[in-house]
Amino acid sequence: MNKNIRVLIDGIIFNNPVLIQVVGMCATLATSVSVINGVGMGLSTTAVLVCANIVVSMLRKFIPDTVRIPCFIVVIASFTTIVQLLLQAYLPAINDALGIFIPLIVVNCILLARAEGFASKNGVVASFFDGLGNGLGFTALLAVMGAIREFLGSGTVLGMAIMPEAFPETLLMVMAPGAFFTLGILMAIFKHLIAGKGQSEEE
Amino acid sequence: MHLILLLLAGVFVNNYIFSQFLGICPFLGVSKKVETAAGMGVAVIFVIVLACAATYFVYNLILVPLGLEYLYTIAFILVIAALVQFVEMFIKKSSPSLYQALGVYLPLITTNCAVLGCAVTNMQSGYNFIESIVNGIGGAGGFTFAIVLFAGIRERIEFNDIPKAFEGFPLALIGAGLMSVSFLGFSGLIKL
Repeated sequence: MNKNIRVLIDGIIFNNPVLIQVVGMCATLATSVSVINGVGMGLSTTAVLVCANIVVSMLRKFIPDTVRIPCFIVVIASFTTIVQLLLQAYLPAINDALGIFIPLIVVNCILLARAEGFASKNGVVASFFDGLGNGLGFTALLAVMGAIREFLGSGTVLGMAIMPEAFPETLLMVMAPGAFFTLGILMAIFKHLIAGKGQSEEE
Repeated sequence: MHLILLLLAGVFVNNYIFSQFLGICPFLGVSKKVETAAGMGVAVIFVIVLACAATYFVYNLILVPLGLEYLYTIAFILVIAALVQFVEMFIKKSSPSLYQALGVYLPLITTNCAVLGCAVTNMQSGYNFIESIVNGIGGAGGFTFAIVLFAGIRERIEFNDIPKAFEGFPLALIGAGLMSVSFLGFSGLIKL
């Protein structure tokens, strides 16, 4: 159990899919316009990731090595379609806001990276925790980025006005460049903190 | 005229990298040298145009008659994966020198979201065959344009003294952000 918790925490912080592994950038940059969008995207990806990791892990002894990538992609694409249909049925607003990036979960590198790098080598329970950890790490980052961009861009968080009317809205933050700047600066801060921690452990 | 506008809109206004966030992974991953970036760009143009044509036929001749439109994600990604494999084998046989140049990048294109994104956009906007192809050329051309320009900038960044925390991806992202600001200047230029 202890090992599984370790895997979970690794996924969320020390091996964060976006900040450390640098995968899944397209979805991160595109859907972090607001907290709601970011969390919606993060949780959809988490659902696909957990299910795909479990199935890949269960099938890992039956999938021939040479055709493993197409097999992983079919598993991921199936779960993506399921999540897409569920969102269309129950959360149409989120589905419209995320638009093309829901079908594009298939080509989110996080999924293939975890299937290839973890689920195809480890047991079902560990793969479940790995999927959950990476998914939550991704969701947390999207939520933080969404909060920063929403706050600076329109003075709201979760749609609630926090700043007075006179707050100078930085429109740039909710447009494309804001996404690049926010992620670049967050990544530098994270790198600095993690690197600083690594050094103090060595000393 | 309509097609020319569609092409220009793809390259400048709706640039895949700077306004739609498609294909960011290869954009950051293979933009360290101008030559490799150009190689990647050519491979992407090639695959996107073929993928636009193939997914158009798969959607309109197979999925729509059978009433299976909701399976488009699975169908498209399989078509693209098969196509990339096929293109790889074909180039290997027909032109070993081109294969040498593109070699490493071809398999990576399967998971380039620009390819699937382009196919899905064509399908959702209801483009006809010619429009799909032109949209593919525009989008892929914009991708190549962006990645080559960006590689040029990164080659220069290499020689500068930058704070340790910003080395690598963080500074690349901020550079991409600045380029994205300049591409904002094109927005509203073409209304489709």
